[in-house]
Amino acid sequence: MTPGPTTSARLTGITKSFLGVPVLRGVDLELRGGEVHAVMGENGAGKSTLLKVLAGVHRPDGGTIEVDGAEMSFAGPTDAQRAGIAIIHQEFTLLPHRSVAENVYLGREPVRRMQVDRRRMMADTRELLDWLGEDGIDPADTVSSLSVAQRQVVEIVKALSTDARVLGMDEPTAALADHEVELLYDLVRRLRERGIAILYVSHRMREVFDLSDRITVLKDGQFVTCAPTSELTSEDLVRHMVGRDLGEYYPDRAVPDDLGAVRLALRGAGNDRLRGLNLEVRAGEIVGLAGLQGSGRSAVARAVFGVEPFTRGSLEVDGATRRVTRPRTAVRLGIALVTEDRKGDGLALGQSVRDNTLLVRRAALRGGRSREKSDVAELLDLVTVVARGEHQEVRFLSGGNQQKVVLAKWLAVAPRVLVVDEPTRGIDVGAKRAVHELLRDLARRGVAVLMISSELPELIGMSDRILVMHDGALAGELPAGASEGAVMALATGHGIGEVA
Amino acid sequence: MSILRENTVPVEQKAMGPVVRRRLTPTVIVYLALVALLVVGSVLVGLRGEVLLDQGGILNILTRATALGLVAIGQTMVILTGSLDLSVAYLVGLTSLIAAETMAGRDGMLVPGVLLALAVAAGVGLVNGLVITVLKANAFIATLGVALILRGYLEDNYTGPAGDVPRGFQHLGYDRIGPIPVAALLMLAAAALAWWYLSRTRPGYHMYAVGGDIEVARLSGVPTRRVIVTAHVLCSLAAGLTGIYLASRLGSGAPYVGTDAGYDLESIAAVVLGGTLLAGGRGGVVGTIGGVLILATLDTIFDDLEVDPFFKDVVRGVVLVTAVALYARRMIASRGRGRLA
Repeated sequence: MTPGPTTSARLTGITKSFLGVPVLRGVDLELRGGEVHAVMGENGAGKSTLLKVLAGVHRPDGGTIEVDGAEMSFAGPTDAQRAGIAIIHQEFTLLPHRSVAENVYLGREPVRRMQVDRRRMMADTRELLDWLGEDGIDPADTVSSLSVAQRQVVEIVKALSTDARVLGMDEPTAALADHEVELLYDLVRRLRERGIAILYVSHRMREVFDLSDRITVLKDGQFVTCAPTSELTSEDLVRHMVGRDLGEYYPDRAVPDDLGAVRLALRGAGNDRLRGLNLEVRAGEIVGLAGLQGSGRSAVARAVFGVEPFTRGSLEVDGATRRVTRPRTAVRLGIALVTEDRKGDGLALGQSVRDNTLLVRRAALRGGRSREKSDVAELLDLVTVVARGEHQEVRFLSGGNQQKVVLAKWLAVAPRVLVVDEPTRGIDVGAKRAVHELLRDLARRGVAVLMISSELPELIGMSDRILVMHDGALAGELPAGASEGAVMALATGHGIGEVA
Repeated sequence: MSILRENTVPVEQKAMGPVVRRRLTPTVIVYLALVALLVVGSVLVGLRGEVLLDQGGILNILTRATALGLVAIGQTMVILTGSLDLSVAYLVGLTSLIAAETMAGRDGMLVPGVLLALAVAAGVGLVNGLVITVLKANAFIATLGVALILRGYLEDNYTGPAGDVPRGFQHLGYDRIGPIPVAALLMLAAAALAWWYLSRTRPGYHMYAVGGDIEVARLSGVPTRRVIVTAHVLCSLAAGLTGIYLASRLGSGAPYVGTDAGYDLESIAAVVLGGTLLAGGRGGVVGTIGGVLILATLDTIFDDLEVDPFFKDVVRGVVLVTAVALYARRMIASRGRGRLA
């Protein structure tokens, strides 16, 4: 690496257990200034824990942390910050009711004459925003008024404002749409040029190859390998991570014989965010819904499910016009929605796997409890959840397993129309594959699947047809296996497609 | 193609610092409601040939607002921090007794009496805070438990008023400048101090952070335990001040002076009425004072109109629920954008 291979931070032999369960078993990691070091591994491999050890959130049980050659012991995040380490966590760490500047300097507010120096806070935040070219965000804006992408920028500004020399990023693109990812790349490269050591945790193969200089692979809390990116191929990586070859990535598409009657149809449907939607999803079919962030993708899902209902046009389920104004109605009609916010909208985190699985069925449908027991086991088996038992709280599960529980929850009511919004966001390769197969399997059994994803390869790989949204309306339809370019052209409003 | 900016409100004045956007925040609403209430009240009372806001009326409103206001200032801090204090009512009674009994009519014991009452109050706040942060008890249960302990102590040791404050100390309770009681001014000064603390100092910022999202605060290096304990100590100190003030007004300590007035739930009602989120993280003392003044004005109007007590409580309940529902609607309207595409 060109700008001097100075080691900024070195972790050696880190071990960490939670409640007797080893999560990290002797992990080594070396971060150098001016280098992007990617850490990959399946969920549960210990990536996030490693990051939190570096950030001072968790104390390692064993091993050493060195920063610039000096051994460190972090009692808390503040100590790590002082040592020049900043982390952008996977979940947003912003306070929605506070301003951008207040969030950026949270915990480190500059003080002048016993008071918080608000003027300086604003000016410094403005300076950082300008440096990033983000003049659309005002330091006085309340965070709740910003878009998801803008909040991500605020997260980065927050990390930068600590004068960090080591920056850890945990799935930084998880919440971003494709076009925003480019902006993030740009940002990461600029940070690298400034000699900052970057620890980049991601599931997305393409990102890791685009950005990183070196890759460390973890599996089950153990160090597997560390090599320069140029010496690895994506097949190598997958093999290291999973310990097996994944082969081709997506299950086979539907053949014409698989397709049944139209299950879900929208005719001229619209509301505040959507207009003139005409679409059909057949039994046995997976229809992809593409679009940029803010194009109304998720609004379609929410409208179909009755969260923010359609106010114009009609919605048909199995040929009959229905008014879906509440999620309860949707559930009764056999419509299911897997939301993009798994932890917020999808699961009761403090409840058991079992209770979550039966949540919808108990809430919306009548019926005896006698069959519950065997059903739950069967369902969890079907979605291949790995948990210590039905009674484990879901918050202790990895993201992939949590998502499988969400799916099980819906399978418990045997939906006829399944809408999935970002079904594989933030879950690892193995779980992703399992989710893909499950979706295809459901389609084969006659479920109509509408799939929203900002990950284009996934959307293209899975869909039998792709509908592209732009600005609250459908911009066009593409056949299976369309190119990413074609989708993006429609999504950005440049393409001319046959309007569905 | 800067889609990052697609959703942004155009910024009119960039270099001018914070853009001033006048919105109908809960604080603004609460004061508008107060003005409306004063107008309506004046008319209603006027129909009976009386005047609501004459010298006596103003005095009445402000006197009612003083004790509740002090308690509610403290309650605002704990609620903003995402906590709650149900022990304030008994603490008010306890501190009134401690102050009055220590003074026992002697001028020389005035300062020790006040200091001892405040020290005990701070101690109770410390216990509340530590039970919540160290023993990880839910704030509702923790402070309810402390309230029960205080009640047990009071019931066991007192049957009625006790102690005696020196005559000079009663000036605190009764002196006034025109129609304005000095104590009300002191309460407003306490509110101003609390406002400064919450909106201008680091510990105040951290209270908002802890109440907004304790995990985010912790990850950002905010000493969350210390913040919660501090909030509880300040809240109890405010209750202690209330006890001292009431001792000065009554001339002695009274075990149930706090609970008879229902300062525990009443203070929470005032805070929420003032636009502070019960879950914490948003709101402030300015709104709380507005809420206190509304409740005090309502009471004064009802007294002037000689309304029966049941109807009084019904109206107070309706006002509270309406206010919270109104704020909830505004909250939904002002966020939403951005959260889900």
